[in-house]
Amino acid sequence: MFTDRFAEGHGAGEPSGLSRRNFLKAGAAAGGGLILGVAFARGGMAQTAQEFAPDAFVRIDRDGRVAIIVCQVEMGQGTYTSMPMLIAEELEVPLSQVHVEHAPPDDRLYANPLIGFQVTGGSTSVRGFWKPLREAGAAARTMLISAAAQTWSVDPSTCRAEAGQVIHAPSGRKLAYGALADKAATLPAPSHAALKDPKDFKLIGTPAKRLDTPPKVNGAAKYGIDTRLPGMKVATVAACPVFGGKLAHVDDSKAKAVNGVRQIVQIDNAVAVVADHMGAAKKGLAALAITWDEGVNAKLSTQDIVDQLDAATQKPGIVAKQEGDVEKAIKGAAKIIEAVYREPLLAHTTMEPINCTVHVRKDGCDIWVGTQVIARAQAIAAEITGLPLDKIAVHNHVLGGGFGRRLEVDFIGQTVRIGQQVDGPVKIIWTREEDIHHDIYRPYYYDRLRAGLDDQGMPIAFHHRVGGPSILSRWAPPAFKNGLDGDAVEGADGPYGFPNLLIDYVRQEPPPGLLVGWWRGVGVTHNAFMVEGFVDELAAAAGKDPVEYRRALLGKAPRARAVLDLAAEKADWGKPLPPRSARGVALVFGFGSYIAHIAEVTIDKDGSVEVKRIVCAVDCGTVVNPDTVKAQIEGGTIYGITAALYGEITIKNGRVEQNNFDSYPALRMNEAPAIEVHLIDSNESPGGIGEPGTPGAAPAIVNAIFAATGKRLRKLPVDKDLLKSA
Amino acid sequence: MTFSLKINGANHQADVDPDTPLLWVLRDVLGMTGTKFGCGMALCGACTVHLDGNPIRSCITPVGSIGTSAITTIEAVGETPAGRKIQRAWLDLEVVQCGYCQSGQIMSASALIASNAKPSDTDIDNAMSGNICRCGTYGRIRAAIKHAAQLSDAN
Ligand code: FES
Ligand code: FES
Repeated sequence: MFTDRFAEGHGAGEPSGLSRRNFLKAGAAAGGGLILGVAFARGGMAQTAQEFAPDAFVRIDRDGRVAIIVCQVEMGQGTYTSMPMLIAEELEVPLSQVHVEHAPPDDRLYANPLIGFQVTGGSTSVRGFWKPLREAGAAARTMLISAAAQTWSVDPSTCRAEAGQVIHAPSGRKLAYGALADKAATLPAPSHAALKDPKDFKLIGTPAKRLDTPPKVNGAAKYGIDTRLPGMKVATVAACPVFGGKLAHVDDSKAKAVNGVRQIVQIDNAVAVVADHMGAAKKGLAALAITWDEGVNAKLSTQDIVDQLDAATQKPGIVAKQEGDVEKAIKGAAKIIEAVYREPLLAHTTMEPINCTVHVRKDGCDIWVGTQVIARAQAIAAEITGLPLDKIAVHNHVLGGGFGRRLEVDFIGQTVRIGQQVDGPVKIIWTREEDIHHDIYRPYYYDRLRAGLDDQGMPIAFHHRVGGPSILSRWAPPAFKNGLDGDAVEGADGPYGFPNLLIDYVRQEPPPGLLVGWWRGVGVTHNAFMVEGFVDELAAAAGKDPVEYRRALLGKAPRARAVLDLAAEKADWGKPLPPRSARGVALVFGFGSYIAHIAEVTIDKDGSVEVKRIVCAVDCGTVVNPDTVKAQIEGGTIYGITAALYGEITIKNGRVEQNNFDSYPALRMNEAPAIEVHLIDSNESPGGIGEPGTPGAAPAIVNAIFAATGKRLRKLPVDKDLLKSA
Repeated sequence: MTFSLKINGANHQADVDPDTPLLWVLRDVLGMTGTKFGCGMALCGACTVHLDGNPIRSCITPVGSIGTSAITTIEAVGETPAGRKIQRAWLDLEVVQCGYCQSGQIMSASALIASNAKPSDTDIDNAMSGNICRCGTYGRIRAAIKHAAQLSDAN
């Protein structure tokens, strides 16, 4: 997974916490009270108290309100609750006394400790901030206790903190945090604040109610798309439908006549209709006569991409991992199994369509948006406008879904370019069609797998050749080293130990103009389908039970084996099912977490697949909020089922063929299986949970389809036509 | 053309073309942003509001077709007994993830339990399958509808 590429010294086995020391810093808040932050040793922080101002994580006001400034964005995964829980646990305040503020953009001050800049992605929030945020809370608690002890002239060790106040037990005196905040702000931050023993946790590990949800059930929550400003116009946009194409000519006479349309704006590769409301903007857009310069991709089709991958992967790639001697072991194998596995381009279709609001002025620029990379949003606006960073204000919002789409700033750049031509604030909303036609897609992957089995059917050699583009080379060039994309090969050998192993990587980019990027579960999602499908084939070739076969390969992976066993037990693995119904298993390690999925499917006569039940067992180490963990696994699994059954972007004449939820469907209520999530009790460092639910869904389903029908599907999405019964 | 609309018990005026979808009148003209845009083609349910108590997709409902019918949106559905129970149940069971689809889910669900005090799984499938949730909260929505049906009116 991409985060580990950035965080040197944080291999998959030790995914959380910072090895180097963090600096705690404290000071007085502008309006009185205490602010406290953590300067990460990794990020090149300002080290003096005078410089301390915005990199705060905690602010305690004189009225006792505790503000927690969260630099990780909320997109449904629960960070606006889990991050405050980490601080509140150590600070000894009830969650009800806490309120959350969005952090401003600052790549240095609010860098994600596992990635190195301000980003929410890669299931890193709890993993990265597990220690620093507890340290911030503990430091604030220590300072408040010191302030109280000084006020009472008693030894701090005779005082304790509880529920937002400091108590002097011998005398029964109490002071609320608000009353202590000013004094605490004059004290130096402790060089070391003791963290609580996990057995004393009151909040961490409990199913705390989410802080962000009450305004999400009455329409009050404000997403980027809900931005409203005095004088604001609403616009919608059409970019050249052919990847990489340009705008040639626009006849806007009819559009201008539409009631409510104010302006037509042209940029290099797109045209926008600016109006009083989206209804008029859409009507105006439909009335435009646009001529595109379609460019070199005018004849591009999906098959061209597949052919290129097929040819490129004939030859060896860059070696990503090598143990023993695969070629030699294969020569001595009793049986050789080979297969090609393929996964299509995918769109994200976040529920909140892509949108951005800007007000570009000569002396500054304001941006209202929901983004996973707020500092990048600021940077691209600075680059386009030529304004200095400090003149670009980004107002972030809760996100109506991210899934990796909002790790990109393409649409923010587009909005700024359009906004430069509009007098006053303008909100751009993409239609769903525009969203699907101009996503930054999950890449097409084309992998070749090969294994040599011994006479017992067990693998003595495993070779996985990954074929696909490099997302890192575009998105984070320094992380793309020596021709190897660490994300593309993440999880390419699963959680198993193979005696002879070779993973190589063939980089094959799509034609320029077609951009590929992060999609929920990133490299792990891609590789889980390939590896878990193929390992299932090996089990079948050996005539062994798929769970037993995997178990035998997990001698050195007790945590993986434990989730496999738990899932098998809870799913009634081995218990007979009616004809054309079966169970399938997938086992995944990623983001510091282990997860087993067991899917139960029924195949209808017409080949349609009904996913009836999914059982998941998860070991994500120490759990901060168990209800959120379960919700993320449930949701991640649904996201994976949608991709397994329906997800496919195809290209013809340089254009995406899908348009909306009719041709790019999402799983619906009547198709959604019952999902059970079982958590393993663990004291290990926390693992990620936003993504691990997704990777195992597709392989568990195709493996169940094989068990039910004998048809091995090596290509997604599931092709119903192959599953019809005679 | 100026339209007079009865929304959440109050009268509002909007000067737009009659074919303007109600969704954009609510969101952009009247500033009621709780009702969401998701597809614009009656495929996702994010824009669901009640028209005389029935769930409709406001993205394909021309404002000129509404006449004197009463519109209820997410901003006021909590003032109805069914809406209040659904909102309560949504929080009790922590249904919400990103929340973007939930205005529409709640409008569909409250219309369901207003007309059907004890919805079966099939009733829930029928009433809710027009609402997409990309965060995948379906299991919890199903459980929360059943939970809401148990709550008393006073809740
Ligand atoms: S926006 Fe109306 S149904 Fe999707
Ligand atoms: S909660 Fe995010 S789309 Fe439903």
